[in-house]
Amino acid sequence: MKRETIINLVLAALLLAVPFIAQAMGQTFTITLATRIAILALAATGLNIALGLGGLVSFGHAAFFGVGGYVAGILSAHAFSGEPMVLGFEGTRQMLIVWLVAITAAGLLGLLIGVISLRTSGVYFIMITLAFAQMVYYFAISWPAYGGEDGLSIAVRNQFPGVNSMRPLNFFLICYGVLIVGLVLSALIKASRFGAALQAVRQNEVRVASIGISPMPIRLTAFVISAMLTAVAGALFADLNRFVSPSMLSWHMSGELIVLIILGGTGRLMGPVAGAALYVILEYLLGGLTERWQFFLGLILLGTVLFARGGVIGLLAGKVRHG
Amino acid sequence: MKTILKAATLALALGSSSLAMAEPIKIGLITTLSGGGAGLGVDTRDGFMLAIKQSGNKDITVITEDDAQKPELAVQIADKMIQSDQVDILTGIVWSNLLMAVVPGVVAQEKLYISTNAAPAALAGEKCDPLYFNAAYQNDNLHEAMGEYANKVYKKMFIMAPNYPAGKDSLTGFKRYFKGDVSKEIYTQVGQTDYAAEIAQIRASGADGVFAFLPGGMGIAFMKQYAQSGVKIPVIGPGFSFSQDVLPAIGDAALGAKASGQWAKDLDNAANKKFVPAFQAEYGRLPSIYAVQAYDAGQLIVAAAAKASIKDTAAFAAELKKADIQSPRGKFKFNTNRHPIQDIYVTEVVKDNGVLTNKIVEKIFTDHGDAYAKDCKK
Amino acid sequence: MTFALAIEQLLNGVQLGVMLFLMAAGLTLIFGVMGLINLAHGSLYMVGAFACASVAAWTGSFWLGVIASLAAAAAAGAIIEITVIRRLYDRDHLDQVLATFALILIFSEGTRWLFGSFPLYLDIPAALQGAMELPGGAQYPVYRLAIIVTGALVALGLYLLISKTRLGMRIRAGESDREMIAALGVDIRTLYTLVFALGAALAGLAGAMVGALQSVQVGMGEPVLILAFVVIIIGGIGSIKGALIGALLVGVVDTMGRFLLPQVFALVVPPAQAGLIGGSLASMLIYILMAIILAVKPRGLFPAQA
Repeated sequence: MKRETIINLVLAALLLAVPFIAQAMGQTFTITLATRIAILALAATGLNIALGLGGLVSFGHAAFFGVGGYVAGILSAHAFSGEPMVLGFEGTRQMLIVWLVAITAAGLLGLLIGVISLRTSGVYFIMITLAFAQMVYYFAISWPAYGGEDGLSIAVRNQFPGVNSMRPLNFFLICYGVLIVGLVLSALIKASRFGAALQAVRQNEVRVASIGISPMPIRLTAFVISAMLTAVAGALFADLNRFVSPSMLSWHMSGELIVLIILGGTGRLMGPVAGAALYVILEYLLGGLTERWQFFLGLILLGTVLFARGGVIGLLAGKVRHG
Repeated sequence: MKTILKAATLALALGSSSLAMAEPIKIGLITTLSGGGAGLGVDTRDGFMLAIKQSGNKDITVITEDDAQKPELAVQIADKMIQSDQVDILTGIVWSNLLMAVVPGVVAQEKLYISTNAAPAALAGEKCDPLYFNAAYQNDNLHEAMGEYANKVYKKMFIMAPNYPAGKDSLTGFKRYFKGDVSKEIYTQVGQTDYAAEIAQIRASGADGVFAFLPGGMGIAFMKQYAQSGVKIPVIGPGFSFSQDVLPAIGDAALGAKASGQWAKDLDNAANKKFVPAFQAEYGRLPSIYAVQAYDAGQLIVAAAAKASIKDTAAFAAELKKADIQSPRGKFKFNTNRHPIQDIYVTEVVKDNGVLTNKIVEKIFTDHGDAYAKDCKK
Repeated sequence: MTFALAIEQLLNGVQLGVMLFLMAAGLTLIFGVMGLINLAHGSLYMVGAFACASVAAWTGSFWLGVIASLAAAAAAGAIIEITVIRRLYDRDHLDQVLATFALILIFSEGTRWLFGSFPLYLDIPAALQGAMELPGGAQYPVYRLAIIVTGALVALGLYLLISKTRLGMRIRAGESDREMIAALGVDIRTLYTLVFALGAALAGLAGAMVGALQSVQVGMGEPVLILAFVVIIIGGIGSIKGALIGALLVGVVDTMGRFLLPQVFALVVPPAQAGLIGGSLASMLIYILMAIILAVKPRGLFPAQA
């Protein structure tokens, strides 16, 4: 087995084991932290499909994360009030349906943003995705129906068939399961013909175009899939906090998702998981130590970029062999 | 013999002290200590800690954490404090949107929450909860007071607020009491820093008064730019627009501005005469209204802790509701929805020994509650 | 709507545009010459404002404050260029985004550490207080006019610097072919530090001038940073001319949008509703503008040579 594969398995096993140990020791909050790690890792895994495989640095993925969150919030709010939504649809509290709606909504939004944004490249792409996310952000802040800046509370966590999702460990397992599905999906995409084409487009667009493959549809597909996965994470995040607000849509959130990927190791399968784990743990530990925690977080991030290229996975597993 | 006696007195002393010893109380203070809104959070923390310190109650411990003004982070910290630090009471959040995110989870886990500032309408009315108290006001109160005040002075008002729920509540609250004409009602962007476009509209509006609800940095920017614009129409606003934390940054541009508030530095009562110098001695600056509200929240906890055990949440909440404190605001009691009933004043910004501060001009409401209490059935 | 009001709003738009230009000029220069995305540019703006406010409070002179803001921002810029930014030129945009994102955190918390959590006070200098009458009867604040004039002077100065001086020649050469000018024996490291410090000084100047109009507080640079990025994207990255036109466009569209949209909606819906809908749409307007421009011209209005 390759060294990176072993590290990946160990990471996945650790993330799974910690909540069980915490449960046994009565440390409920540790389970919440682990759940947060799993959800952020899922969001970053989604972004990683566009960013790591396709080289599409989206600075606007908070839009999809937030849309997922709002889908969960809005559907559950309507399920509680019993009022039908626009077009007469009923609300729901079933996670599976929520996810499906989140995927559809983010897919459509991703398609719209992608079609326009992918005409640009490089730093223009970074900034136009940011612009779209800002549009959604300001829309959410000033749209009064669902709480505007105050956000929307979810009274009771959405339900998963056969599982009491209110129990922290159960909810963690749901998130962990979805994360594994996301990771497998991401690995499958990377190994597929489509994934090969996507990486080829990233490495040399002209060459790919010259052998008759048009880069645009490939990139667009990757962007839309990436948006969908991030939206599922958003829906779970809303369920974890029992709350959704425009800050899920802010440019800081987009930045954080990018940070997770780089911290873990760009282009690595488990990079987002390692990055999310490190980030959440740092935020928790530093936040408990000093109110200046953002200063030290900044220093650590800076150190990672400058001196630990390849992030956590890079440090542990060594350099990527570009094939 | 001597030693035996000694041992006996020691045992007696130990025994009696363990009898008198109350249950330890752990309080989680979540507030904004970093970023642009940190000033309000620092005042909240300092006011609260002053009350705890003055009580001399060694059984009370306070854990403080920074929410960075992010709702998700506030929720996470609240969960941590309840699940891992086992706190009994939470408090300290400044912003309505953070409060709305945190409070439902806190009361669902059967912990008490005492708000030191934010007071959204939802939590005062239908969604009120026996474990949720507000020691500050209800969001609409200060805007209502300005509406009532404007009735006496102005005929045609230009009103503005940021485009977010508290902003909409503000203008609603103002219009609930203001009987004159509203020449124009505009919503500005949240966090907006340039008000040239709005000031131009004020100039052209023909109004004889401007009501502006622009808290924090927004208010600073607006007042400074307004002073330079040459427009002479007087500006009034709720207390947040001219509170002690922003006055030094606005500078003389704020002089003469009328605002509403449930407290001012010069309010004439014994508690206030004790509080203001104590705060100044402790922290080397004047307290703001945020500090007073947090101070009262701290006093409420101290008072309830003297009478009831925190282990019996219902009994403790009942003691809290009695509000047996000497507030620097003067009269203070809780309404049926556990929001304050208090007097509200009109204040004016003046210069006192070279320092800008608010001075009370008149009392506008006596024993004022809020419009939502009737919807609170719990 | 009167003519005077329209003129006043137009001037407001131009003034906002001029401010954005000061920010955008530095950003676009840094990107054009070094190929670097600098998210921390807003922090340099904040450094300028804090330097100006504290020196003005200390000496009582706004003008000394302005000089201090230029010096402090340029120094901060040079320091981060030498310690951090220099290592990022040959990295991809991703690393640059992360590193400068980290710099924002460090600068914001560091500033709060030094200056405390409360906003600082900075007043307009006595000579520029008050409002003056414009032709057509509109009143306009003198200070805002002064900002417009300053911006115009800076734009002219930058034009002369880049087209007429030796340094400008090198900057232009650096934009078109980085390797070549190094091969020709130009000290590229010093050039980069100079360009970065120049961009930082412009941001610091913007911060100082705006600081007198609003509150000097931590985090003040972030909203401006996002707008400045919008400006350079619309204008075409690397182009000073593009930054100027983009800035004026964004300034005028944003101001006019906030002013006119609620009135347009008032024709069809009740006033309270119109204020809300119009206000919402106005806050999204410049992003919509940017999306439209990029959809039509993917490299901005005045793309610099690739």
